[in-house]
Amino acid sequence: MPATDTSPLADVLRTAEAWRGSGRAVALATVIETWGSAPRAVGSHLVIDSDGNFEGSVSGGCVEGAVVSEALDVIETGKPATLEFGVADETAWQVGLSCGGRIRVYVEPVI
Amino acid sequence: MDLTLLTDLNELRSARRAAILVTGLQDGRQRLVRAEDDLSSDPLADELRKRFRSGKSGTVETDSGDVFLTVSVPAPRLVIIGAVHISQALVPMAEIAGLDVTVIDPRTAFATEERFPGGMLRGDWPEDVFKEAPLDAYTAVAAVTHDPKIDDFPLMEALGTGCFYVGALGSRKTHGKRLERFEAAGLDPALFKRIDAPIGLDIGAASPQEIAVAVLGSIIHALRKGPEAAA
Repeated sequence: MPATDTSPLADVLRTAEAWRGSGRAVALATVIETWGSAPRAVGSHLVIDSDGNFEGSVSGGCVEGAVVSEALDVIETGKPATLEFGVADETAWQVGLSCGGRIRVYVEPVI
Repeated sequence: MDLTLLTDLNELRSARRAAILVTGLQDGRQRLVRAEDDLSSDPLADELRKRFRSGKSGTVETDSGDVFLTVSVPAPRLVIIGAVHISQALVPMAEIAGLDVTVIDPRTAFATEERFPGGMLRGDWPEDVFKEAPLDAYTAVAAVTHDPKIDDFPLMEALGTGCFYVGALGSRKTHGKRLERFEAAGLDPALFKRIDAPIGLDIGAASPQEIAVAVLGSIIHALRKGPEAAA
């Protein structure tokens, strides 16, 4: 049985539905794996539109920018992508997780 | 994700129905599994059943590649029958613990906004409240009025709908009489052991506030370590 705080589905999914329903081009990002002290639980979502507007979070704010720019590509190509962020990888110096954890994020278009 | 799939998922969430979105991470293919679906021929049946109980999303390795399961189960709810002194202590404690709380009491002397501020109170019969907000497996029911006219129906309903916790206030003698009534009403006696009675953890609770702690402890135990809880 779950507790409220572990429920991964905030209203990001309703936002995604509303944005797409109103004709905006939308991508959905989902945390699919975490290692170490990741700030958001597996199943957390971020919704992004083609203008770079977003709702929700996949981290404490450290990698959202990078996810948003990848999401713009996903919207463009229509193809899902899997991203990884962590202190060990090179991009981490620019957009790393301050907590020292690592996360994997799946980004898919809403069509 | 297909918009119709997303719309379906959101509709299920609004209706407090559990669902799992299955996403193939290699090919991006997706499908939606509802808790009430027949899983017997599903290759992921065991995993899906486990996750409907735990409510945890996660990645699963399969022969055809990794699959991500977005698990959506309703937030746990506590329905307290009886706007009594114990309930006044239990409401804030349960809310702090993360439960979505409703208090139901048809007795207008007890069910006052002054005693229960915050909008969680329903001054109606449980029968009427359940018509709009039915009980489900993600709901705990604690009946604390001491009055069979009010407590019996919601307790039987809680057993029938598989509420994850069913607690009833009253001494062993009172509880024995209650079970006689339930049996006479045609309830399966096999369900009786699911009732937490006398209510709450056996911590020697004496005051209404202490009983509230004992009840909340029992509810969390059922949530985390009950037969339906995650391994």
